Amino acid sequence: MRKLFVVVLCVGLLLSGVASAQETIRIGANLEMTGAVAAYGQMIWEGINLIREIVGDTVLGKKVELVLVDNKSDKVEAANATTRLIDKENVVAIIGPAISGSMLAAGPICEEKQIPIISATATNPLVTQGKKFVFRACFLDPYQAAAAAQFAREDLKAETAAILSDIAQDYCVALGNFFKEEFEKRGGKVVVEQHCKTGDQDFSAQLTTIINANPDLLYVPNYYTEIALICRQARDLGYEGVILSADGADAPELFSVGGDAVEGLYHTAIWDATKGLNDIGQKYIDRYKEKFGKDPNMFGALGADAYLILINAIERAGSTDPVKIREAIEDTENLDVVTGKVTIENGDALKPVVVRKVEGGKFVFVKTVTVE
Amino acid sequence: MSWVTFFQQLMNGISVGSLYALLAIGYTLVYGILGLINFAHSDVFMLGTYFAFFMMVIFLLPWWLSVLIGVALCAVVGMSIERVAYRPLRNAPRISALITAVGVSFFIENLGLVTVGARPKGFPRPDLMKNVYVLLGARIQGVTFWVPVISILILFVLFYIVYRTKIGIAMRAVSRDMETTRLMGVDVDRIILYAFALGSALAGIGGVLWACKYPQINPLMGIFPGWKAFTAAVVGGIGNVVGAMLGGFIIGLAEILIVAFFPGLTGYRDAFVFTILIVFLLVRPGGLMGEVVREKV
Repeated sequence: MRKLFVVVLCVGLLLSGVASAQETIRIGANLEMTGAVAAYGQMIWEGINLIREIVGDTVLGKKVELVLVDNKSDKVEAANATTRLIDKENVVAIIGPAISGSMLAAGPICEEKQIPIISATATNPLVTQGKKFVFRACFLDPYQAAAAAQFAREDLKAETAAILSDIAQDYCVALGNFFKEEFEKRGGKVVVEQHCKTGDQDFSAQLTTIINANPDLLYVPNYYTEIALICRQARDLGYEGVILSADGADAPELFSVGGDAVEGLYHTAIWDATKGLNDIGQKYIDRYKEKFGKDPNMFGALGADAYLILINAIERAGSTDPVKIREAIEDTENLDVVTGKVTIENGDALKPVVVRKVEGGKFVFVKTVTVE
Repeated sequence: MSWVTFFQQLMNGISVGSLYALLAIGYTLVYGILGLINFAHSDVFMLGTYFAFFMMVIFLLPWWLSVLIGVALCAVVGMSIERVAYRPLRNAPRISALITAVGVSFFIENLGLVTVGARPKGFPRPDLMKNVYVLLGARIQGVTFWVPVISILILFVLFYIVYRTKIGIAMRAVSRDMETTRLMGVDVDRIILYAFALGSALAGIGGVLWACKYPQINPLMGIFPGWKAFTAAVVGGIGNVVGAMLGGFIIGLAEILIVAFFPGLTGYRDAFVFTILIVFLLVRPGGLMGEVVREKV
């Protein structure tokens, strides 16, 4: 009698497992929830959940289940998380890590196992190069660097620049190099290049050398933790020139840690977070302001974009077959997402670069840069 | 490199070094009395900053009061760690206590990650520490003056406690021979608690001063400073408080000057510090001011 009960229980569990698998669509979220860039992953997760409140959480008549795995801002963990999401959690698509280094680790696994992965904010060109299953919702670094260099030369009138980049991150190194190339192409001169490492708290040695070379502009293409401290220490050591950063600066920690040292900081970003370019964008901004009491950030918005692109692709594909989803993502054209319209080409999103400035403890829109 | 730039780099090195020195004193104190490397020291350091931070942000207490309460709470935490994690292993082989220390360290770090979250918070600091002064062309923050001053004050207080009070004599006796001290009627458990309270309070002070210079706190902030301060304690001679201070300055200066003179080697900055640790352990494990213990036959 007991044996029969156990058998019935097992069969029942099996059936319920199978049944639930047919009722939900599982999408993985491989994000940095702890570690050096925890703010990015957490903001992206916030954005995804917020957009789900606005547009609902179903597609093709089924509920979309998000499976979150924390990759701890570490490349190795990002790779493990990807394998786990695909093999154990049976996801049909993944919203990938925020940072390029981790995407470079996760991408090849998705390519091999043929599960599409889209990153909200990884900007390094190598992330999607030569791959069919890897996508991104944001612009690329060569383009971002060109826009930064153009702004630096034409608007800020900088003749000389110094670069302080984090050598432990693929994103920072590449962006620093692209900026140097673009800045010098436009007639500027990079007078000194110094490096730091993720997690460093002391930049006094490097900044002293930089200040000695007297550059007009200091380019810091790093992540928010380092940017805030670098700005503080640069100002304390007497640097009075302009500091220009990249999309990594968009985190509230920049203000809470940087304080008045980040006033006047410029950075290249993906959108002006104060006004929506379309209906869904405005809805997102309003909802975010209602819920959190401040302007939305780029990471959340792009996380929402990545989710919208995926859902739209699943709908157009009419199936949950990862290969069909991949084809549909590649065909995304002029889709209305939070940050405007998006078209996917060769895995990349074509997005304009916006320059913003820190004024009064928040980001203020300066201009949209079209690279010549 | 001009003289002014060199002087600035020297000041940078002294600034960092004095923070390592203060932290190293805590490591060395506990080792001197108990023969135990308290790896959780770096996490009490982190807790000190968080306690002070929450006092300021939630209870809106003035800075000096928040720091005092934070340091007191650190002492309490230190004593709790000793009571819960180390005392049961008092008679176990040294390696067990060492592993437990590492375990406590991980526990506190992950507890921090789970409760307050991984995202860093800005630490409010008083103008006294924040203001920048110009001396001989170099720009020096207030905290750079105050940390060595406070460290030397602490050294004086420590010397007074250890050499001029009854508790101090008891601590020295415990470090010499615990069993005999117990037989003499000294409450060894209480003395060890005091030692931990003292060491942890030092960690708390070190943490707050560190946060004054680098105003960003997160649950994992203690890891690297802890390791470097430990290196400093070893370099100076583990067990020797003056050695710890000396070691701190040496490590701080080494770290800054290698980046100042060889900017291409910035990535090896931490590796350089730990290489110094390895070299010292191989060549002169007693450190610069420690005694080389010879086996007596």
